[in-house]
Amino acid sequence: MASETSSSAPKRSLGGWALIAVPYFWLFLFFLVPFFIVFKISLSQIAVAIPPYFPAFDLGQGLQVLFADLKELSLENYIFLTEDDLYWRSYVSSVTIAAISTFITLLVGYPLAYGMARSPKEWRPTLLMLVILPFWTSFLIRVYAWIGILKNEGLLNQLLLTLGLIDQPLTILNTNIAVYIGIVYSYLPFLVLPLYASLEKLDGTLLEAAEDLGCPPWKAFWKITLPLSIPGIIAGCFLVFIPAVGEFVIPDLLGGSNTLMIGKTLWVEFFNNRDWPVSSAVAVILLLILVIPIVLFQNQQQKMAEREG
Amino acid sequence: MAKKPIGPVRRDYAPWDDPASVPFIEFRNVTKRFGDFTAVNNLSLKIYEREFFALLGGSGCGKTTMMRMLAGFETPTEGEILLDGQSLSGVPPYRRPVNMMFQSYALFPHMNVEANIAFGLKQDDMPKAEIADRVAEMLRLTKLESFAKRKPHQLSGGQRQRVALARSLAKRPKVLLLDEPLGALDRKLREETQFELMNLQEDLKMTFLIVTHDQEEAMTVADRIAVMDAGEIVQVATPGEIYEAPNSKFVADFIGDVNLIEAKVEETSETGTRLQAVHGNYVIDSAQSVSASKGETVWYAIRPEKVRMELGEPSGGDLNSAGAIVWDIAYLGDMSIFHSRIGEASLRSTVANVTRTVERPISWDDKVVLSWDRDAGVILTE
Ligand SMILES: Nc1ncnc2c1ncn2[C@@H]1O[C@H](COP(=O)(O)OP(=O)(O)OP(=O)(O)O)[C@@H](O)[C@H]1O
Ligand SMILES: [Mg+2]
Repeated sequence: MASETSSSAPKRSLGGWALIAVPYFWLFLFFLVPFFIVFKISLSQIAVAIPPYFPAFDLGQGLQVLFADLKELSLENYIFLTEDDLYWRSYVSSVTIAAISTFITLLVGYPLAYGMARSPKEWRPTLLMLVILPFWTSFLIRVYAWIGILKNEGLLNQLLLTLGLIDQPLTILNTNIAVYIGIVYSYLPFLVLPLYASLEKLDGTLLEAAEDLGCPPWKAFWKITLPLSIPGIIAGCFLVFIPAVGEFVIPDLLGGSNTLMIGKTLWVEFFNNRDWPVSSAVAVILLLILVIPIVLFQNQQQKMAEREG
Repeated sequence: MAKKPIGPVRRDYAPWDDPASVPFIEFRNVTKRFGDFTAVNNLSLKIYEREFFALLGGSGCGKTTMMRMLAGFETPTEGEILLDGQSLSGVPPYRRPVNMMFQSYALFPHMNVEANIAFGLKQDDMPKAEIADRVAEMLRLTKLESFAKRKPHQLSGGQRQRVALARSLAKRPKVLLLDEPLGALDRKLREETQFELMNLQEDLKMTFLIVTHDQEEAMTVADRIAVMDAGEIVQVATPGEIYEAPNSKFVADFIGDVNLIEAKVEETSETGTRLQAVHGNYVIDSAQSVSASKGETVWYAIRPEKVRMELGEPSGGDLNSAGAIVWDIAYLGDMSIFHSRIGEASLRSTVANVTRTVERPISWDDKVVLSWDRDAGVILTE
């Protein structure tokens, strides 16, 4: 016992390694292996079969066959993605919609998080609870409910008509606006929570110091509060942007026929066209598009940790 | 009899003695409560222009609260604060010509040292070139030139403190509030900075209000010192008066080292007072007259350096002279502190080590006579 405590060298014990191995094993099993399968499918040919593709190579038939197969590998499906402009339009449109929604979410979420962080201490747990509360109902139902609100004879239009603000019902459902509303609504908590965390730990005496030096409170917000909450803004925006790019449910339920998002394209490719190889290629490219912001995000997180450490 | 000045006089400046002078900062019956806790209690105080004023007091006695009220971050529950004859109530902090150096420094973590110092100047729309000059001057003053581009988290505690000091000084406010400005500095740098502060205050004609735990520092820099206890001011006086003529046991004990001798009043008149020590058989004769009746218990406060010590036994009947036995000696280099027993009580005396060798050093268990002058101590009734 005594020797154990005295030799607290950075050498890791077997238990320590095992502990670290758990998340890696998890990632390997549930991310890398499936991804490899998808990648493999993306390199194969469509076929009328079950499953509907010719395997590109088979690890079970010995090295000879494997090498022969590997020579046959083709990036045909990837080339196909560049030939039909549907795909890159879907990607661009997805990223645009996700970016715009993220920006709107930030505009809505920042005051919310700021208000929460500024509220009396005893209220904060309740407010935090209220932000998380929607998670307790199914995501699908919540998005579905927006149809009832946004449709032409829906609650919103009825309200606006009764108030006399409009004469004609607004067409919101089945447009991109409905998609924005859906994404902002659904992902708001993901932005508010990290932002709230960074705003809450902001030292109040910094604002006092700014005021003391002749800076009125509204100016102190731009000079002190906002710059110091940037890590929270970045974390929150990535948490909204990344899942929003691949979003399927919201554009499917709320978007119109001309709402182009990669999640929807993928669905059509996979279930309607039953083209597993092409849809796999779509998924791999989507992953690559998302990896860039994820890497940026991690970089940022690390910088933040260094600054605090 | 002409009143002898008490203690040394640092500079020819004493507006508090002149009834015609107008205070620059005035606390009028200020009370501050947090819930039902009273942090500052019915406090009145006048601070004059160009004064270097120090607040001394134990932890939690309300020093920071006073400064925060002056800076505008707390509103007095009762009473009001005036600056240059104008009430400060309702004036937001950013409109007060008062800058504060925060106890926790409150440096902006996303700005480098330079930007921190320049922050206040930018708020005043000062021309860029002038800002750069002022920042450079402040960096030089606080010896931070080589750290100008560093962020606060890349600095040591003492360096951060200097940045905070530079930032609060940069605007040259009419009033500068310094909440323990030098606590994290090493002794040498602290003494240097103390003198820099004094010079600066003199040159720029600013009014300084400093909080410190270090009484030596307060004595060094301040024109006057206020000793606080539990939200109230116990005494306001010049360093010399505070040290030589404390008005209570609390102040005497708080500032410097003191012997508090318990004694009973034998007789008192306009020319002096005689006290009989409770422990040991000797009579104290003081030039001070007190309003206490015969037989009442009072305290005679005398500083250790004012107690003389000789080997031998008292001749009996001498005033201000007590027989004692040495039981502890602390050698500090420049001086030695002797603890001697008089019956149950003990008395400290210091001896300056003016020679390297001593013929017959006073040692443990030696019989000694302790004596002092008629005006060496003060009689305290509270
Ligand atoms: N916002 C507050 N709410 C409640 N009590 C407070 C508040 N601010 C200060 N106090 C209390 O008021 C008292 C005085 O505090 P203050 O900060 O003025 O002490 P201080 O003299 O500066 O002490 P220190 O030397 O330790 O800095 C303390 O007992 C403190 O707990
Ligand atoms: Mg304090």
